[in-house]
Amino acid sequence: MFTQLKKEWFGNVRGDILSGIVVALALVPEAIAFSIIAGVDPMVGLYASFSMAVVIAFMGGRPAMISAATGAMALLMVTFVKDHGLQYLFAATILTGVLQVTFGWLKVARFMKFIPRSVMVGFVNALAILIFMAQVPHFVGISTMTYVFVAATLAIIYIFPRFVKSIPSPLVAIVVMTVIAVYGGFDLRTVGDLGTITQSLPSFFIPDVPFNFETLSIIFPTALALSIVGLLESLLTASIVDDMTDTTSNKNREARGQGIANIVTGFFGGMAGCAMIGQSVINVKSGGRGRLSTFVAGTFLLFLIMVLGGVVVQIPMPALVAVMIMVSIGTFDWSSLKAVTKIPITDSIVMVVTVVTVVITHDLSKGVFAGILLSAIFFTAKISKVDVISSREADTLNYRASGQVFFASVTDFVDEFDYQPEGIQHVNINFSEAHVWDDSGVAAIDKIVLKYRDNGINVSLSGLNEASSSMIKRMAVHDKSGGKLSGH
Amino acid sequence: MRGNILLASDGSDHALRATEEAIKLAKGLKKEIVVAYVVNFDQSKKDVLHSAGSLDREQKRKKQLQSTEQKLQEAEVAYSIKLLHGVPGPAIVEYANENAVSYVVLGSRGLNDLQEMVLGSVSHKVAKRAQCPVLIVK
Repeated sequence: MFTQLKKEWFGNVRGDILSGIVVALALVPEAIAFSIIAGVDPMVGLYASFSMAVVIAFMGGRPAMISAATGAMALLMVTFVKDHGLQYLFAATILTGVLQVTFGWLKVARFMKFIPRSVMVGFVNALAILIFMAQVPHFVGISTMTYVFVAATLAIIYIFPRFVKSIPSPLVAIVVMTVIAVYGGFDLRTVGDLGTITQSLPSFFIPDVPFNFETLSIIFPTALALSIVGLLESLLTASIVDDMTDTTSNKNREARGQGIANIVTGFFGGMAGCAMIGQSVINVKSGGRGRLSTFVAGTFLLFLIMVLGGVVVQIPMPALVAVMIMVSIGTFDWSSLKAVTKIPITDSIVMVVTVVTVVITHDLSKGVFAGILLSAIFFTAKISKVDVISSREADTLNYRASGQVFFASVTDFVDEFDYQPEGIQHVNINFSEAHVWDDSGVAAIDKIVLKYRDNGINVSLSGLNEASSSMIKRMAVHDKSGGKLSGH
Repeated sequence: MRGNILLASDGSDHALRATEEAIKLAKGLKKEIVVAYVVNFDQSKKDVLHSAGSLDREQKRKKQLQSTEQKLQEAEVAYSIKLLHGVPGPAIVEYANENAVSYVVLGSRGLNDLQEMVLGSVSHKVAKRAQCPVLIVK
């Protein structure tokens, strides 16, 4: 236990410190930009990133994963912040944490397997599209210089890594463009136009909201959506970090950790956050493997806020917009476009429906539900094919059923039989390749047996597996005396 | 794994030619081959999104090595497969040095990287840092 803890924290000290610093540098522009998406002061996102990272370093289940303020969460807050304000956002953040701890305690991670991959692909693609759409008002139709700055920032972001890989290029781009904007005297909107930065340490306080049922009814829907989206992205990120490092992680502990981190964040004036795919990938690529890397990322970020606070307000918005465009391009799963021709059409439909639902509702959790529902329907349709083969033997008709007999397949199943066969005394139905799943299936069998019986033909059932036959014994009427079909 | 021949393969044509050379070595020296396939960091995100769990993922990755495996089976050489994670060059070097393999065999360039002037960056790095003879196949 102790050696495990020591390994998770101090197994890779040099790599963890360096990668933690790289991540902190990369987090600054993103935390500010996500705050602007949510419509709150940049400090809210920066404090959130600090406290999420530090708390998750201790409480998380996946070492080397980075949690902070994220786009997926920020996008869920937009109208909520507009309607109810900041104090309610802090309250919602705390409730999000409480819900996540509960989910973690209920071992929610095992339900991840029920979320089809096409829904997860739709999730990241929708996220990318929303992040991009949120940037449009900040750069379209403002001024020519805005376009020039966006293009120049993007150029630095994508070209700089060809020469220097160790420093995150978005930060370099932000610094260069801020210097140019300040000394060139260009007329551009800055971060300062959208919010204020205070160079103070975050402090503990209780959100200024009335503690009553009305408050709960305001914050609960948003908190629920936040907790689901936060866990989805966190558990997806955990799987990616697992794969990158060829190690395993405790997903339920991660879910609880996310919850605790959000509770703490809410009390320290931060917005709800979750794990970030992009930053976690940067961390592992930069050599981060242990909990120390996440801890360093958080604390170094706080140090940067203290030092850079005054400069941050001068960052030109177009530069920040360009960083978000990069985040959006990096988030989008481009391989899914190529895969469209290879995967089943139903998978593509599920993916597109997930994306479209999110883009219309601006709520990732609704998209995920729509996607899961649709793929469940597709799956049901796919397995509802029942085959019935018949063969004749003197005055006996043998049927062989194969497939799943349940509510979606019974109509076709019942129609497969010939109820007025000529010169037949006995009908035998073999179920050895079939499974009866529910009361609709049992009712269908009743219907078939009784229909033959009405026509004076004797029916025997064979080959039923144990689960199917015990269900029939319990619910069927044909084998009870005077069995008749009930109304339905 | 000590003393085996490490064959780095990504299923590309170069890797297939490297496989032929590795087979000659293995037969001549009576050694086993360890086929290493490196999953690089950027591939992880894509593969996790597009697979149903780690078993499915492993299977899909091993599929990349189908042509390599076929060659090895035809030649009746004993082999095993090892999936490595990370940056291809350093990952191969690390495995080779930790397991003290006797040879590393790899193609001059692979599938993923842009065509480089003389040598691929992977083969360059491995040749420089592996503590054993390295056979780079054109």
